Amino acid sequence: MSEKTTSSNKSFLNDAANRALIFQIVLLAVVVFVGYYLFSNLQANLSDQGISTGFAFLNQPAGFPVLLHLIDYTEADTYGRAFVVALINTVVISLMGIVLATIIGVIMGLARLSNNWLVARLATVYVETLRNIPLLLQMFFWYFAVLATLPIPKNSIIFGDFFLNKRGIYSPNPITQDGFSVVIAGFILSLVASIALIVWAKKRQTRTGLWFPAYWSSLGIIVVITFLALAVAGFPIEFDLPQKSRFNVTGGMVLPPEFVAVLVALSTYTGAFIAEIVRAGILSVNWGQTEAARSLGLKDSLTQRLIVLPQALRVIIPPLTSQFLNLAKNSSLGAAIAYPELVAVVMGTTLNQTGQAIENIGLCMLVYGTLSLTISVFMNWYNKKMSLTER
Amino acid sequence: MKSNVGKLLSTAAIAATISAGAMAATLDDVKAKGFIQCGVSQGVPGFSNADSDGNWSGIDVDACRATAAAIFGDAQKVKFTPLSAKERFTALQSGEIDVLSRNTTWTYTRDTSLGLDFTAVNFYDGQGFMVRKDLGVTSAMDLDGATVCTEQGTTTELNMADFFRKHKLSYVPVVVQKADEALAAYASGRCDVFTTDKSGLAAHRTKLASPNAHVILDETISKEPLGPVVRHGDNQWKDIVTWAMFVQVNAEEMGITSKNVAKIKSETIDPGVKRLLGVEGDMGAQLGLPADWAYNIIAKVGNYGEVFERNLGSTTPVDLPRGINKLWTEGGVMYAPPVR
Repeated sequence: MSEKTTSSNKSFLNDAANRALIFQIVLLAVVVFVGYYLFSNLQANLSDQGISTGFAFLNQPAGFPVLLHLIDYTEADTYGRAFVVALINTVVISLMGIVLATIIGVIMGLARLSNNWLVARLATVYVETLRNIPLLLQMFFWYFAVLATLPIPKNSIIFGDFFLNKRGIYSPNPITQDGFSVVIAGFILSLVASIALIVWAKKRQTRTGLWFPAYWSSLGIIVVITFLALAVAGFPIEFDLPQKSRFNVTGGMVLPPEFVAVLVALSTYTGAFIAEIVRAGILSVNWGQTEAARSLGLKDSLTQRLIVLPQALRVIIPPLTSQFLNLAKNSSLGAAIAYPELVAVVMGTTLNQTGQAIENIGLCMLVYGTLSLTISVFMNWYNKKMSLTER
Repeated sequence: MKSNVGKLLSTAAIAATISAGAMAATLDDVKAKGFIQCGVSQGVPGFSNADSDGNWSGIDVDACRATAAAIFGDAQKVKFTPLSAKERFTALQSGEIDVLSRNTTWTYTRDTSLGLDFTAVNFYDGQGFMVRKDLGVTSAMDLDGATVCTEQGTTTELNMADFFRKHKLSYVPVVVQKADEALAAYASGRCDVFTTDKSGLAAHRTKLASPNAHVILDETISKEPLGPVVRHGDNQWKDIVTWAMFVQVNAEEMGITSKNVAKIKSETIDPGVKRLLGVEGDMGAQLGLPADWAYNIIAKVGNYGEVFERNLGSTTPVDLPRGINKLWTEGGVMYAPPVR
């Protein structure tokens, strides 16, 4: 009896799986304990020193202005709303930067492979210059050296109802009137119709091999139906026009130079890296593939689209994801040239006014973590989708 | 998960530094290491500014030097940490510096919720506006619709917003992370107006290409009492920093300067002066300092009037009028409790 118990005990501890489990539990306990100790130590020290803690400040009025806000915001709004404003600014500049950088990168990557000597050399110069100069320096360059050479507001460059000066690009601001919902309905309807058309065209091509210009037709459908809806509703849009005032151009929509400088710097800098990734991806596809496609009688454009690109993308996507993540995080440098993104508004002004460093920095880390993980998840999904086409 | 780990690590780092910094008596720490670690600005002429050899000068620098003179009898036993506006309070809270002397405004929130204590005021300031002369602006009330540049992480942001809201004026805020870049944005024409404390405006104006093309408007839109800050809870250290300042004001009031202090010390019959200079009694012991602590401050750094003239007076590029920073006996608000 006793012998049996001993042997079962022995076998329990000797079992590798059990031991692994025990180590995991011990490790978890240590991590939890250390975390708890650090947290409670922090709490105790902060309250000893009389430093306020907690997130109650998010409901307090902020009192400070923000240069660029895509949702309504005034000084009377809360710190919480200022945080959302900054968050939107960060997300917008990151997403626009990603789209622009990808376009620039693909064009430059292809240009480096061009048979045209001049085009290829220019692309090389672009890549080597931009990826070897620190990004912050490039932002200062665009902001203080390039955009500052624009005229002062008094001597704005005027183009119809558009104004261009040191303080930004001013354009008419469309304001929707009653009946605009008809236009929105028309637009959604045309969108649904286009998707249906594309699905139908694809099915038909698989069945019969006949090709239909579905993308161009759907673009036509969207433009025509939306325009018709506009006409039916009696063009329910009025424009708030920019006008010269004593100091500035007022009214209308304004794109401030801070936004332009950050966007240009981010997308050209990351674009240089993406160009190299695209070039590497395309070169990784064996030349024999192209020759085989040609001997089957495929056009050059179809060869690229159907044979080379799908194979190149498998090489391109993983490093591309890293570049996108870098871009999103690099957007925080915009704080240095007054672009009101997360670091500027939350870790700058809010932190200074409330003095709650840990909460504000924690919020920022949480946001960048979430943003990066979202991009990662999306790109991993896309990567998987591209890999699955392998036969 | 990534962000959680990051948060945990930063919490750990901050917790560790705070617990290390807060507990011990600052005076003992300072005596043990042999110098004061003083947090200053990254360059505001007249307040704290380093020359090309790395020598710091300015009235905020002299506040630290006076404290060093009181403790060590040597005004040079100070090391400086240049800090941006938004780093400064964390640097003090975490114990990285012993005293923050960085043209910092004494406000209610800062005094009560940051775990910090303000000591004495070494400069009474107020926020103002600087504009280009050729704009023809004579009053801040004319600034409706203007674009305003300012540095981030200061009280100026809030004052600016309050001023424009109160007077129902519209404006475009351009808030730049560092003062020098905010000034560069103003200089490049991004803004019509540059706003900060008036002393700062005078100091920054000297950095512009043609200082005379810019004018500081008359309006003062806020109260900005500036002075050194210490951690909350170390009363002895707070008293030392506070009284190092008060001694300088008292010395000016009594007519004691760095040049005549040695003579006065040996010749005076005034019991008040004798107490101050440590000839009679032992005032220093109450602060844990040598008996000649006040003598050393005056001899090594000077009285308040000397400090002001040397750093901000008419012989300097900043050239600030003494204004309300005159002694109370001369119509200003500089008034220090007596040493007795």
